Parts: sequence; C-alpha cells; structure tokens
Amino acid sequence: MTDTAAPGGKTEPGIKAIRLRHPWRNTFAVVLLLIVALFVADAAMRPAYDWPAVGKYLFDQRISQAAFVTLQLTVYSMIIAIILGVTLAIMRLSPNPVVNSIAWVYLWVFRGTPVYVQLVFWGLIGTIYQSIDIGLPFTDPWVSFPTRVALSAFILAIIGLALNEAAYMAEIVRAGLLSVDSGQEEAATALGMSWFQTMVRVIVPQSMRVIIPPAGNEVISMLKTTSLVTAIPFTLELYTRSRDIAAVTFETVPMLIVASIWYLFFTSILMVGQYFLEKRFARGIGDRRPDKKADDATASITGVTRVVGSGQPTVVLPPTDPHKGDR
Amino acid sequence: MPDTPMVVADRVSKSFGSNEVLKSISLEVKRGEVMCLVGPSGSGKSTFLRCINHLEVVSAGRLSVDGELIGYREANHKLYEMRPKEAARQRRDIGMVFQRFNLFPHMTALQNVMEAPIRVKGLSKAGVEANARALLARVGLAERADYYPAHLSGGQQQRVAIARALAMEPKLMLFDEPTSALDPELVGEVLDVMQGLARDGMTMIVVTHEMGFAREVADSLVFMDGGVVVESGVPTEVLANPQHHRTQAFLSKVL
Repeated sequence: MTDTAAPGGKTEPGIKAIRLRHPWRNTFAVVLLLIVALFVADAAMRPAYDWPAVGKYLFDQRISQAAFVTLQLTVYSMIIAIILGVTLAIMRLSPNPVVNSIAWVYLWVFRGTPVYVQLVFWGLIGTIYQSIDIGLPFTDPWVSFPTRVALSAFILAIIGLALNEAAYMAEIVRAGLLSVDSGQEEAATALGMSWFQTMVRVIVPQSMRVIIPPAGNEVISMLKTTSLVTAIPFTLELYTRSRDIAAVTFETVPMLIVASIWYLFFTSILMVGQYFLEKRFARGIGDRRPDKKADDATASITGVTRVVGSGQPTVVLPPTDPHKGDR
Repeated sequence: MPDTPMVVADRVSKSFGSNEVLKSISLEVKRGEVMCLVGPSGSGKSTFLRCINHLEVVSAGRLSVDGELIGYREANHKLYEMRPKEAARQRRDIGMVFQRFNLFPHMTALQNVMEAPIRVKGLSKAGVEANARALLARVGLAERADYYPAHLSGGQQQRVAIARALAMEPKLMLFDEPTSALDPELVGEVLDVMQGLARDGMTMIVVTHEMGFAREVADSLVFMDGGVVVESGVPTEVLANPQHHRTQAFLSKVL
C-alpha cells in the first residue's frame, strides 16, 4: 500500500487493461434462455394447464378467503411458537435441572414425531378427552364443557402447528443465545444487571442477528406446513380448499397452479420482511468495513484506497470523512 | 469508617475441580489505594480479581469489600449463599474493566454508558444522559458518543468501558489487564485515563503487565506466581530490588 496515494489526493493513473472475456458464460445463458422460452411457449399452449381457468379461480372469493385463513394459521401459530420457543430455549440454558429436563422432554417428544401425526392426534383430542373439567381431582368439577365445543378445528390447527414449531424455534433461539460472546454476560453482570435484564437488554438483541435468518426460514416453512392441517381435519385453508374445488370441477392442475401462485405471493412478502428485520438487528455489528478504525492517528491518512488484485481496474474511492463514518 | 480497608482478603483459595488456582491469598487494599497485581500468566491474578466481585466463587477463606462479605451472609457463625439479587447489589458498587472491553456492540458509546444507571439504579434518562456525556468527556471521547463500538479503536473502546464502569459510581474499580489487547500506540491513552482516576482518589486494583504504570501510579505492588503472593511492597522498591528469586526471574523478562 506504500505506492497508493499521497495524502493530497493525487493518484496514479488507473490501469487501462482489456477485460478478461467469458465466452462460455454468454453461450450458456443463451442456451438456457432458449430452453426456458421453449418451455413457456409449450406451457402456454398445453390444454392441461388450462390458463383461462387459472385466471378465473385466482381471485375467486373462496380461494382468496382460504388464502387469508392460511395466512392467519401461519401468523398465529408462529407467534405462539416464537414465544414458547424462546421460553424453551431459556429453560434449556437454565442452571435449574428441573426446568432444563422439562424443556428437554418437550423437544424430544415434539421433534421426534411427525407433525402430521401430531395434527391427527390433536384432531382426536375431542374423542380422547370428551370434556374439559376444572376443579379438584376426584371431586365433581366446578366447570365442565365438551372439548369439541371449546376447541374448534381452527384452534386445534393452531395449537398443533404451534407446539410442533416451538420445538424447532427453541433450538434456533438456543443456538442464537449461545452465539453471543460470554464476555457480554460477564460485563452486564459486573455492572450489577440481573440475569433477566442481561438476557433482555444484552444477550437477546445480539442473538437476533443469528436467529432471524433461520427463523425466517421457519415462517416460510410454516406457511406451507399449514396445508397439512387437513389431518385435523380442517378444510378451510388454501390447499385443501383448492383441492375441494378441483374435486368438483375436475380442474386439478389449474387449481394447483392457483394455490402455488398464492403461496409464492406470501413467501415473497415474507422474504422482503426478513430482509428489513436482518438490517435492523445488524446495527453496530453487521456492516463489515474492515479498516473503519476511526482512530485519530490513522484518520488523516485514510483518504484514497485502492482495490488490488480483484481482477478489476483501479477503483478509487472518494475521500471519506472518518469522523462521519457512522450512519 | 474511613480507616477500615476497602478490600480485605483473608486466606482466600479458589479451585477449579482439582486445580487449585489461588492458595490462601491474604491482602488488604486501603481506601484510595492503587494496587497493581503482576505476575506470569496462569498465576491466578485475574481469578483473584474476578473473585472480588463474585464473578468467581471463592472456595475457602473470607473476602470482603467495604466491610461487607462478598457472596455470602454470615449469621450465627454460619455462611449463607446469597441470592443472585443480593450479589448483583454488591456488584453495583464495584466497577470492572475487562481485557477485551466487552462493550455492548448493539449500543452506541453513550448508550453503553447509560445502560446500567437506567436499568439497575432506575434513574431518570435525562440526568443519566448528562452524567454519561460528562463521563465520556472525562475519558476524552465527548465527540464519539454516538459511535458504535465497531467504529472505535481499541483504546477508545476501553476508555468507553471505563466510563461505563464509572457511571455506576463505584467505590472500587477492578482492571483486568486493561491494555493487553491494545496496539502498543493505544496503550498510553488508556493508562492516562487510569492515572487520572487514581489522582482523583479512586480505589483501584489493576492486573497489568505495564511496569511503568505500576512504578508511577501504584501505591503498592503485589507479585503473584502459582496462586500465591510471592512478594509485595512499594512498587519502586519491589521493582528496583526484588527479594524473591521468582520475582527477579519474572522482572528480568518484562522490564
């Protein structure tokens, strides 16, 4: 870096080189485009896809209502799963062996059985426990009501999805909490902060950076898992609803396309949301600017930097004021 | 009780499993005294420092700060383990500065300093902020209040860490190798701040390899090796004329 630039901003002239060409990249891209174009043209003509039917049902009220139900299932069960998952993760890290074991058994059961089987179980809960009684054991209950009335299929679907998901969220959250440097907990403790304050103010905010990408994955995965609640049976969500319509009209393929478009639409929105959440929690850590050591001694000479050996011609960055290096 | 010592260690021992790290350490730190703990790595000096604010639990002996037993309550000649809340209350009054700064990276310098007074002491935000800015000015970082730690140099981060500890108005400051993770040219700025603190009468225990600091600033110097206090005394005398051969061997390497 000794030959880069004088502090005054005078630089050597940039390298004028003929760029390295990549002929195979272009060829491959053209071939790929041709194949895609062929497929699209073929699909547009193929009667089995029945595009007019897709157009007709895409905004059908039954479908859009079902899409809304799917979204509700996702959001409600995810909220419960996150709260329960954080609780379980903290329980798993607790020094209290009783609390720790409870969390371990929970994870063992709910991760160890398929979600479909769990949902069938929740569907049968009304048969297994016919009434919900509140009172002392072996005496007449104070309050008693039939399970089927208290828990609708919709609520059972949410419970089933949430309890299963909580087990996975717990492991994600635990990994996030463990990723925070132990010095952070020590510093907070030394300042006299309680364990709870340390968690909420210091550890959890920093772990979010590690937690959000896989948690975003889980939300998207949950959106699609909602199609399994037909096992309860709950039939008003997107996939089952479009299957039901197809069963009457015999337009199976168009209905699958309709459902897929809605799923894709929702996942796209979720991905955008995830992007902004990740940015939010990267504060102070996320931006990787290696030589942003805004130090008094070095500040005055970081004016012009050159990128060496990147295969590109010289890149001259405008002189930045390191005192305003912060956002 | 201005005459009672700030820290009294009476035959303090600490073991990790079968590994005895501290062997019957006894020493006293008077109010306003600056004590430097020196010694080879693994000699137990950092462990001893961490015992003083109960980050480590002592295995044997008594350790008290300002006349109060650390980590235990004594009643009817029996020791009762403290609740976490009580231990946290004791730690409030003991500031600690770490080798690796341990600033909260998701908070700005100012927020780092304000965090504990607001959350732990429950003080109002406005008053805390004014005090925090004053503290940052005291360590020479008034301009950097709104910087995140990642955008500060090591020396600046350590000075913020000192300000953060001072914000709790401690009666005792513990420094665990505060300059060991710093580039050589940044050591001076941190030592200057510490010297200023000493001049203002803060009671300090400093684990350090900076013999120049020990000579100029410290009132007493304790040389530890293998979990025991080998030699202690006035820094200039110990450094110039070490009595024990282990002290001589160590000083010949670091001076």
